[in-house]
Amino acid sequence: MIEFELKNLGLSNSEKVILDDINLTIEKGSHLTITGPSGSGKSSLLRILAGLVSYNKGSLLFQGQDLKDMDPVLYRRQVSYCFQQPVLFGQTVRDNMIFPFEIRNISFDQEKVLSALSRLNLGHEFLDKPIKELSGGEKQRVALVRNLLFEPQVLLLDEVSSGLDEKTKKLVRTFLKELNSNGVTLIEVTHDQAELEQAEQLLKIVGGRLAND
Amino acid sequence: MTNVDVSYVSLLLALSLVMVAVVISSKEKLGLTKDIVASVIRTVIQLTVVGYLLYYIFNLDNVLMTLTMVLIIIYNASRQADKRNPNSKKKFFQSFLAIFLATSLTLLVLILSGAIKFIPSQLIPITGMIASNSMVAIGLSYREMNSLFRDQRQQVMEKLALGAPVKLASASIVRQSIRTAMQPTIDSAKTVGLVSLPGMMSGLIFAGVNPIFAIKYQIMVMFMLLSATSLGAVIAVYLSYTNYFNDRAQLDFEEEKE
Repeated sequence: MIEFELKNLGLSNSEKVILDDINLTIEKGSHLTITGPSGSGKSSLLRILAGLVSYNKGSLLFQGQDLKDMDPVLYRRQVSYCFQQPVLFGQTVRDNMIFPFEIRNISFDQEKVLSALSRLNLGHEFLDKPIKELSGGEKQRVALVRNLLFEPQVLLLDEVSSGLDEKTKKLVRTFLKELNSNGVTLIEVTHDQAELEQAEQLLKIVGGRLAND
Repeated sequence: MTNVDVSYVSLLLALSLVMVAVVISSKEKLGLTKDIVASVIRTVIQLTVVGYLLYYIFNLDNVLMTLTMVLIIIYNASRQADKRNPNSKKKFFQSFLAIFLATSLTLLVLILSGAIKFIPSQLIPITGMIASNSMVAIGLSYREMNSLFRDQRQQVMEKLALGAPVKLASASIVRQSIRTAMQPTIDSAKTVGLVSLPGMMSGLIFAGVNPIFAIKYQIMVMFMLLSATSLGAVIAVYLSYTNYFNDRAQLDFEEEKE
């Protein structure tokens, strides 16, 4: 089954062309790695896929349906985007865990949250920890849990491992692999050499276009 | 009422006070001399026109004329509030609706409760007070909202990315903008009488009214301003926060170029 189909997709503003003539098919359950020099349009592509930015040329289909015909709010619950340097909300980790429940109008399920946190090696004590006391790696993991409390169909990762130490990187990697083997489509932007070497499917963007190598 | 009659000679002598500002401006090279002169001329002309206009309307005591004057005040206040909105996608009707509803609802309560009478000499000055305070509050809320959307851009995007509707993604910004708009009125209500004797009360005392009577009016004014600023800010903020998003629920705004 095809997850995404991009045809002649382009994005430009009054000053420049950011993405041009992107043709791409992404299979459901695949793990795609995107790389390229900074400013080449990788993050823009990811944000378009996340529905956070609108393209102004070509078309984008999600599971056969035109993105422009879909409810953007419901779409984003299926296609979840993780930021490179996430901002946590409120005062404690709990405030961040409550948010996905609040969005869906359902009551907070502490057991579910604790088990999700533990999958990324964050113990019970983290739930009420002030976010000011978290390290960069812990923040990134809390943000990931926040994105994954309600499992999306697609996870978009924008250089999420860039600020992490080797141990945390490995932990996150194993976690993401597990997620992918459960059927979640992963699309990630990275510069990390090890990640690039292990990439199942590698895509390079240069100057807003797909490179042909 | 002879104790409130300022003679033209006294007024001319008081003009020397303006010279203080002019001297400070030129000595300190503030470059404000032209502005000060212009402001003095405008004050004299605008107030003279308004004075004669009010004199005419008060004597006419016509309902339609009074309501037209009320609408003109609301319209002018809305224009000013709208000007203070830095968002390039702002809409004038949002400011107008906010000030119109805040003013008319507050006026309605005042009239129905018998606190003021439906006569031009009471309705028009009170409308001016309500509309101008709502205008200031709404202007403050607009600016606060704009700087919060700018500072918290990523946070709002993250909330949207998690699947939050626009309303929930902006909830904390909306709340903070309303709070900022109401704070000055709440602060002044707390210190009223301790720091300054407010305009309404000072005016009545000046005109020879017993201070015990004057404070009743001032208390009413404080109540009505609390209502007008909170209503105005709530309506304006709830109408205008969606200007920061497009129809695809994406954050989309730029500041108006001056």
